[in-house]
Amino acid sequence: MESTAASFTDLPPLAELDTALPAEPATVAAPASRGRAASVARRRFLQGAALGGSLVVAFNVPFVRRASAQAMGGGAAAPAAGSAAAGTHPDEMNCWVVVNPDESVIIRVARSEMGQGTLTGLAQLVAEELDCDWARVSTEYPTPGQNLARNRIWGSFSTGGSRGVRESHEYVRKGGATARMMLVQAAADEWKVPAAECSVAKGVITHKPSGRTTTYGKVCEAAAKLTPPTDVALKDPKDWTIAGKRLQRLDTAGKVDGSQVYGMDLKLPGMLNAAIKACPVFGGKVKRYDAAAIGSRPGVKKVVPVGDYAVAVVADTWWRAKTALDAMPLEWDFGPNAAVSSASIAATLKAGLDAPEAIVGNQAGDARQAIGAAARKVEAVYSYPYQNHATMEVMNATARWTPERCEVWAPTQNGEAALAATAEAAGLPTAKCDVHKVNLGGGFGRRGQHDWLGQAVTIAKQMPGTPVKLIWSREEDMTHGRYHPITQCKLTAGLDTDGNVTGLHMRISGQSIVAGLFPQNLQNGKDPVVFQGLNAGGAEGAFGYAVPNLLIDHAMRNPHVPPGFWRGVNLNHNAIYIESFIDEVAQASGQDPLALRRKLLVKSPKHLAVLNAVAERAGWDKPAPPGVGRGLAQIMGFGSYVAACAEVSVADDGSLKIHRIVAATDPGHVVNPQQVEAQVEGSFAYGLSAALFGACTVKDGRIEQDNFSTYPALLMAQMPKVETVVMPSGGFWGGVGEPTIAVAAPAVLNAIFAATGKRIRDLPLKDHSLKKA
Amino acid sequence: MASLNVNGSARQFDAEPETPLLWVLREQLGLTGTKYGCGIAQCGACTVHIDGVPTRSCVRPVSSVGANEQIVTIEGLAPKASHALQRSWVALDVPQCGFCQSGMIMAAAALLKAKPKPTDADIDEAMTNICRCGTYNRVRAAIKMAADGGPKA
Repeated sequence: MESTAASFTDLPPLAELDTALPAEPATVAAPASRGRAASVARRRFLQGAALGGSLVVAFNVPFVRRASAQAMGGGAAAPAAGSAAAGTHPDEMNCWVVVNPDESVIIRVARSEMGQGTLTGLAQLVAEELDCDWARVSTEYPTPGQNLARNRIWGSFSTGGSRGVRESHEYVRKGGATARMMLVQAAADEWKVPAAECSVAKGVITHKPSGRTTTYGKVCEAAAKLTPPTDVALKDPKDWTIAGKRLQRLDTAGKVDGSQVYGMDLKLPGMLNAAIKACPVFGGKVKRYDAAAIGSRPGVKKVVPVGDYAVAVVADTWWRAKTALDAMPLEWDFGPNAAVSSASIAATLKAGLDAPEAIVGNQAGDARQAIGAAARKVEAVYSYPYQNHATMEVMNATARWTPERCEVWAPTQNGEAALAATAEAAGLPTAKCDVHKVNLGGGFGRRGQHDWLGQAVTIAKQMPGTPVKLIWSREEDMTHGRYHPITQCKLTAGLDTDGNVTGLHMRISGQSIVAGLFPQNLQNGKDPVVFQGLNAGGAEGAFGYAVPNLLIDHAMRNPHVPPGFWRGVNLNHNAIYIESFIDEVAQASGQDPLALRRKLLVKSPKHLAVLNAVAERAGWDKPAPPGVGRGLAQIMGFGSYVAACAEVSVADDGSLKIHRIVAATDPGHVVNPQQVEAQVEGSFAYGLSAALFGACTVKDGRIEQDNFSTYPALLMAQMPKVETVVMPSGGFWGGVGEPTIAVAAPAVLNAIFAATGKRIRDLPLKDHSLKKA
Repeated sequence: MASLNVNGSARQFDAEPETPLLWVLREQLGLTGTKYGCGIAQCGACTVHIDGVPTRSCVRPVSSVGANEQIVTIEGLAPKASHALQRSWVALDVPQCGFCQSGMIMAAAALLKAKPKPTDADIDEAMTNICRCGTYNRVRAAIKMAADGGPKA
């Protein structure tokens, strides 16, 4: 697995970063303080063992209860409260594939579907190798409790960093291939012929010399008794018939008739609902509240503290809980951060731009010397704000706690991290907890952190035996996010008299996600995520430009606002910084932005190929229509190469119209082209929302924006036409959910410059007037 | 007990008069296809029809809805998701996470009723629902497909 190996060295996968499963108290008497490091090492070992060795392929044997992993798809049944952890039955094997005697096939998916299509894509990969009938495929989520009980047989559940397909394609395909080999072997055994004389298509096995046929459903029981083969070959992608095809998603039906159950929609017998308020200033606490004042309101059951920083009202309905909470007298101790503002944060970051101490991310030659000696110097300073994920479904989780067991139903991007958070809040060993994944109404990174889940468990723990569903208000969601980190960037280039870039210094000043979330994962003080797209090499973003003297460094400045992974995250602002600046260099030296990029990408053919593709499709060599400006951007990240060309115009009143986006993506292999297109289109909606409107500002230590009225999102009328060029070059596996976001903003910013001569260096765009002077 | 006419049936419920229609639908009547997104009529995830008018139910006090006014939610739009919009939505694989899609479809259904052949400008004006996954272009295509009778069999 090349891509996994590479990513381990470049950047700890999210699974390593944010699944801090404590060691099992029952078996390992590890002090809590070393639980995290120990568990990382332990899980790495388990993952290696699970992936490198024998994959257990499970078949449904009649009279053995099948794992009750929650069914996906339309009308998903509400899981039963208090059910024992499935998949732990001693007779049961359970991994990627279940073949039933009725010919139906269940494919297990460990990663979370949150709109990005990974459920369908991963099922396609398994089904491809299985050679089953795609029309009979359904999917299931195993639970993290089952995974833990079975030595992490499903590997990582983490769904972030565009890793769903790119990091599990090999072992899920092997799961499918192993199953196929066993099914064919079972048929061959029955016919007493060599398996090599048999072929299979759509679940029908044929003995070619005799023409006899049988089906998967007929041989599944015999196949289940066979020893899984160890030598498993995977198909050449050029032979794919299910993977790589424009198949429809498996999970659409329930999304058009209202039947799909999201976390917020879950209903359990006897369930109560909770609303919560946390101190609006991060780091503040609850001073006092008057529960008696709302005790007689309809439906109110209990007022409970959540840690020292929040309070929740539990009622029969959420609306009654929410309105009672709003009515309850409540005072805060705002704590040490109450004076922090956007201005004070900006001043802190600004000081970092010229600080002598910085962490080096990428270096070649002597940039400072080259810039000092250059015939010409170009310099610019940029900034990027805090941004909320603003998933359409607000944070929520349902928990039921008893002294013996805690179960949670949650829309989570990482079941294993959710289980760890459950156990921690429940005060129970993980073996006595489980998490049932419920459909996610968006994730974008927010649902990889589980502060909200811990709150739900903390509330449920104060009402033993009663399931409690916690739902955040949109206001709570907006003001208690885990925000896209805030940064500034100073870029300085030295040019020779021919306009060649002889030296480049890119100084990023600002917040580190890893320092905020998992400081133990810093690498000698370095947060590798900061350098997404700017690295000397590797899957997490190789800097494509060949500059003889290069210095990219980071002055870490961590304000009190909690950061988090965010769709595209650091790649987004890094691309804005470098791609805007490349245009500034081109402008300053009288070069065409495409020509300059081509010159600088001479050693980066894959970067160059996507850039050339968008330039060609957009017609860069021909003049843009009158009044229209064109802008380019390219970058590599999440294992993929992306580029965009934007066409915009600005009316006399300053209003911006984005007419057209051409986007090219080379993700190596494409599992479902139409889903890749959907991700690319969606990336522009998300990336342009961020560029045009996305800013969370800080006043008196708190986030000022509290709903879509003050934190707007791109609407239908503002959505540009997106022409997608999907150009897989093979030989590697890149992600598609995130990388394209990064080129959305810089392509548009560069197009705005081309149209107006205005260079926007501080986001979001709504803070600037584009009106002609 | 108060009463509402939802998806063709009279439904009894017990809620304070100022409770938004959205929460009565979701919590008292169990119709969770209508979503909470913002609570201030900004995002459109809570869109239902009241006597055919697309309405953001998160800001509509339930007491302001008469017992005889006809409320239609996504669950009652058409039997077995047979509305041309729903069929077009499936044909074009419109939804990503899907959370906003009930409101999108209800807004689009009201649009098509008012304007069976909507222009792009009509669509821009009527469809002010927020989708964070970014399905807008497929939503537009699906509305046009539905206006043409839905997917070809």
